[in-house]
Amino acid sequence: MKTAGSNPKITNPRWLLAELTYACPLQCPYCSNPVDYAHYKEELSTEDWKRVLTQARQMGAVQLGFSGGEPLTRQDLAELVAHARQLGYYSNLITSGYGLTEDKIRHLKQAGLDHIQVSIQAPEKDLSDFLAGTESFEHKKQVARWVKANDYPMVLCVVIHRHNIEQMEQILEMAIELGADYLELANTQYYGWAHLNRPQLLPSREQFERAEAIAHRYQDKMKGKMKIYYVIPDFYEDRPKACMNGWGTTFLTIAPDGSALPCHAARELPVDDFPNVREMSVKEIWEESEIFNRFRGFEWMPEPCRSCDEKTKDYGGCRCQAYLLTGDMNATDPVCSKSPQRQLIDDIIESANSPEEAPLVFRNAKNSKAFI
Amino acid sequence: MTLDPDTPLAFSPLHRLQWEETQQRHVILYPEGLVELNASSAEILKLCDGQHTLKSIVAELEQKFQTTGLTKDIQEFLEIALENGWIQPQDH
Repeated sequence: MKTAGSNPKITNPRWLLAELTYACPLQCPYCSNPVDYAHYKEELSTEDWKRVLTQARQMGAVQLGFSGGEPLTRQDLAELVAHARQLGYYSNLITSGYGLTEDKIRHLKQAGLDHIQVSIQAPEKDLSDFLAGTESFEHKKQVARWVKANDYPMVLCVVIHRHNIEQMEQILEMAIELGADYLELANTQYYGWAHLNRPQLLPSREQFERAEAIAHRYQDKMKGKMKIYYVIPDFYEDRPKACMNGWGTTFLTIAPDGSALPCHAARELPVDDFPNVREMSVKEIWEESEIFNRFRGFEWMPEPCRSCDEKTKDYGGCRCQAYLLTGDMNATDPVCSKSPQRQLIDDIIESANSPEEAPLVFRNAKNSKAFI
Repeated sequence: MTLDPDTPLAFSPLHRLQWEETQQRHVILYPEGLVELNASSAEILKLCDGQHTLKSIVAELEQKFQTTGLTKDIQEFLEIALENGWIQPQDH
């Protein structure tokens, strides 16, 4: 493994998530963008993005996600896709499909885009449109068909929560009908807007278990035809996820304003200033910035992680989850049953049995401004 | 998954096989994923070009590396590749 600087533990980034913009025509109440996104207005220029792509590629990043917000709102998307292709990235457009036409899909293919991931909120119109905060369901299905017809691998993503978990079977049937090559069943991870709306979104354990059994049945049934990724519902595990494959080991997110983040939720951590690609190179940020080094390795860990024989599997879990739930970003992820604060998770799970009836807070500029 | 020794094999159009200079090895790229290959796996996959069959891949690699008895290893690897969708039988 290639090492860098004086610290032999630093590996190179493999995945780059380019959040091109926070602008989005949809208002999903589980959006992973920070709740105060309206605060960040200065988007990187086309030249800035090209420089970032080049620098990260030189370090070995190869998987690239164009995300947002809605990346299609950037007029320079095709230009960035072409630049990425020329550098040798495998690039993915992570989109709501809103505003996508078949012409644009063809044009992006010519520019070198490798695949398109379309999100659909639910397998039926009324609920999907309600959750998106926009009439979009029929168009999304049309986009999925165009993606397929233009020979892209078609990746369908459905975020799972209490409002659609009972429709697991219909979701899977919809994916089959649309000819998805990959289906990502992403149980909501409770960051950003999803954290805010958690009491209205978190399903009960019983709902999870039923849905999971259905997903596993289809995984067997569709073997060799459709690959089904089932993203585990973190709260219902007794060990935390190996978040981002370990802090600062593999993943790099660049936010719309150029802030470099070790994961796309990290902006919620109480960190004054994240390093910015307007001021530093990707290499300097990755290898030398304080925040990318802060949770590398095992030295930073408190007990019970520090002496735990599983620390090399989960790296102490997720820093953002630790912070959002315990108020301390250095704490053991409370999902772990060895955490002295596991009770926090158990209480949340218990509360999901008698959910609170309250309106969802939709992700939009008006609601975001309340958090600035 | 069984493999007919006379069917031509093609690399999947939904995956990309690529040399990574920083890693000094070939990788397979696909949505949300990356598989790092050792040198012999890469040699085999590079021959899945829609023309070569299991038989001709074995013949070519045995000649290239001046050896014999590669059939079993190559067949096992190609079956894994088929199961993972990295390659597919070429339709006629």
